[in-house]
Amino acid sequence: MLTLDRVTKTFRAGAFGGGSTTAVDRVSFEAAPGELVSLIGESGSGKSTIGRMVLGLTRASSGSLTLDGEQVRPGKDFYRRVQGVFQDPFSCYNPVFKADRVFALVRRAYHPGVPDKEWADRVEKAVRDVRLDPGQVLGRYPHQLSGGQLQRLLIARALLLDLRFLVADEITSMLDASTRIDVLNLLAGLKERGLGVLYITHDLSLGTYLAERTVVLRNGRVVERGDTQKVFGNPLHPYTRTLLAAVPRLNEPWTSAEPVEVCAFHEGGAPDTDLYETEPDHFVACAGLPDCGRTSA
Amino acid sequence: MTLTVNDLRVHYRTLRGEVRALDGVGFDLADGEILGLAGESGCGKTTLGKSLIRLDGRMRHVGGTVTLDGDELPLSDDRAMNAYRFHKISLVPQYSMSALNPTRRIGRMIRELLASRGVTVDTDELHRRLALVGLERDVLDRYPIELSGGMKQRAVMVISTLLDPSVLIADEVTSALDVSNQQAVVGALTGLRDKGLVTSMIFVTHDLGLTSHIADSIMVMYAGKLAEKAPTRTLTTEPRHPYTKMLIGSLPQVGARYKDKPLSGIEGSPPSLLNPPLGCRFRDRCPLADARCAEEPPVVEIAPRHSVACWKAA
Ligand SMILES: Nc1ncnc2c1ncn2[C@@H]1O[C@H](COP(=O)(O)OP(=O)(O)OP(=O)(O)O)[C@@H](O)[C@H]1O
Ligand SMILES: Nc1ncnc2c1ncn2[C@@H]1O[C@H](COP(=O)(O)OP(=O)(O)OP(=O)(O)O)[C@@H](O)[C@H]1O
Ligand code: SF4
Ligand SMILES: [Mg+2]
Ligand SMILES: [Mg+2]
Ligand SMILES: [Zn+2]
Repeated sequence: MLTLDRVTKTFRAGAFGGGSTTAVDRVSFEAAPGELVSLIGESGSGKSTIGRMVLGLTRASSGSLTLDGEQVRPGKDFYRRVQGVFQDPFSCYNPVFKADRVFALVRRAYHPGVPDKEWADRVEKAVRDVRLDPGQVLGRYPHQLSGGQLQRLLIARALLLDLRFLVADEITSMLDASTRIDVLNLLAGLKERGLGVLYITHDLSLGTYLAERTVVLRNGRVVERGDTQKVFGNPLHPYTRTLLAAVPRLNEPWTSAEPVEVCAFHEGGAPDTDLYETEPDHFVACAGLPDCGRTSA
Repeated sequence: MTLTVNDLRVHYRTLRGEVRALDGVGFDLADGEILGLAGESGCGKTTLGKSLIRLDGRMRHVGGTVTLDGDELPLSDDRAMNAYRFHKISLVPQYSMSALNPTRRIGRMIRELLASRGVTVDTDELHRRLALVGLERDVLDRYPIELSGGMKQRAVMVISTLLDPSVLIADEVTSALDVSNQQAVVGALTGLRDKGLVTSMIFVTHDLGLTSHIADSIMVMYAGKLAEKAPTRTLTTEPRHPYTKMLIGSLPQVGARYKDKPLSGIEGSPPSLLNPPLGCRFRDRCPLADARCAEEPPVVEIAPRHSVACWKAA
């Protein structure tokens, strides 16, 4: 179980010297084993920063992140259980080595005892699982592969570990519709075997496909979260509504959402917490409407 | 302005042989046209874009021509291509967000880049262009690491269009963006075209839903070749190539759930481009394939501006 409790991250930003940016502001949510939580929100809203904190690649300024009750602490043992696949696959490869060196590194670090032949079979299977032809992609340098091919090799690499938790940052964003479905179905299979996934995405058309829970982020803060069916089926925050309405669909006009009249947070009696539970497992923040008792900072 | 690409073939040299990534692709790009380019990951979209800008050391121009306003582009002559690059044809590369120099602030990078092309920065214009893609001016004072993926993507888009190229190739520029920024970027791109700052555009993306809102026509490639090209409405409502039909068929309905009904992609994978089989390259995955498909289907214009490479479509 991954648990984030009021996690905050502040960067001392370079702009104009002394300023600072709060990229993530008191974010809390949980992801149980076998559960996929999708994290959605606009560019710069703090999604990748959350992913990097979960992976221990950057430290939270305050708040706590725990996995199965233990604080996130990077190290070999931790990375045996938790891995990430990133938004920008090129940055994960060293251009002077062949791309499949990422597999050799996994073997050296985590499966040194596996015989050559068995390892080769495992790699081949993982590569086929992400819909790649081993003959076409193994033994090549990163610049010799297409963007989608590199991204899928990283997913295959994660498959070779006995993962408990995967942080997937926009892993399907560079894939065509058909390949994307194959990769998602693969994740569904892993989920059924108990893998927990933090699925960072901006692709809302598939938002309901796998996610049990959805967290909507804006400017580093959660505006709405809970059961995916509830968040997507009955979005209460104006920002969530705008996002959902703005999904481009084939042969339909591309619309912007209609404004919302009432703030679900304040209508519910303005509790003292940051989020108001409007129904079981459906939380919403103040919408900052003109009539709100207070505005969300 | 017209760009005409005729039977273009560009291969990659590798130790194991030539990868035939672009193997005979032809199309026209009209004045003011936005052409969407779609197709399976690895089908050659990025290769096509790179071919019109710069062939890297491993790329070989095997055949075909590219003509811009009657001039044939000297594709294999890197220096002669300088006259066209950025000024006439510009590219926003895929993953350009990772190509930014990490040691330079964005503003300095832009000044240096333009200086190397003998142009000085018009600061007001630069600010206007940043606003057009929804970026604050202070990104100019930031290092790439201080920007999110989508912010970097938009910064590169501004850089690539500062010299008002005739043809802009935008390779997956919206893929890293959320829907509201996608709308902003698409609005900015059409704005550049409508203001005449960029004449025509090739918009590469895997997102057919999004392409359908920006493109005048859409071209679908499969395994290094053209599968189908048609005006947007025609392609999305009456596709004729089996691959196009299946690709559109695999677009999810919003709200679909794995638990209720798993979706399925197109079975199988595209052939190797090292020694691609003769005949139609979609044959192994095509439900309509028959004996004739062992022979390569020609590209046929089945209706005005609607071309298809399939024996069963004519
Ligand atoms: N190392 C850093 N130093 C300073 N600021 C940073 C740093 N990393 C991220 N930021 C800032 O934190 C904010 C959140 O960035 P983050 O990368 O988490 O966004 P994101 O939601 O993943 O966006 P995208 O969808 O564009 O990838 C942005 O405003 C960004 O500029
Ligand atoms: N330098 C290279 N050497 C050898 N093969 C290459 C090289 N670059 C690309 N390829 C191969 O050429 C084919 C086309 O690649 P390209 O990058 O054009 O695909 P793409 O359509 O842009 O894919 P994506 O949607 O994943 O970005 C792929 O099969 C790829 O593996
Ligand atoms: S030519 Fe044959 S194999 Fe190719 S797409 Fe048409 S029917 Fe299918
Ligand atoms: Mg990100
Ligand atoms: Mg590409
Ligand atoms: Zn309120």
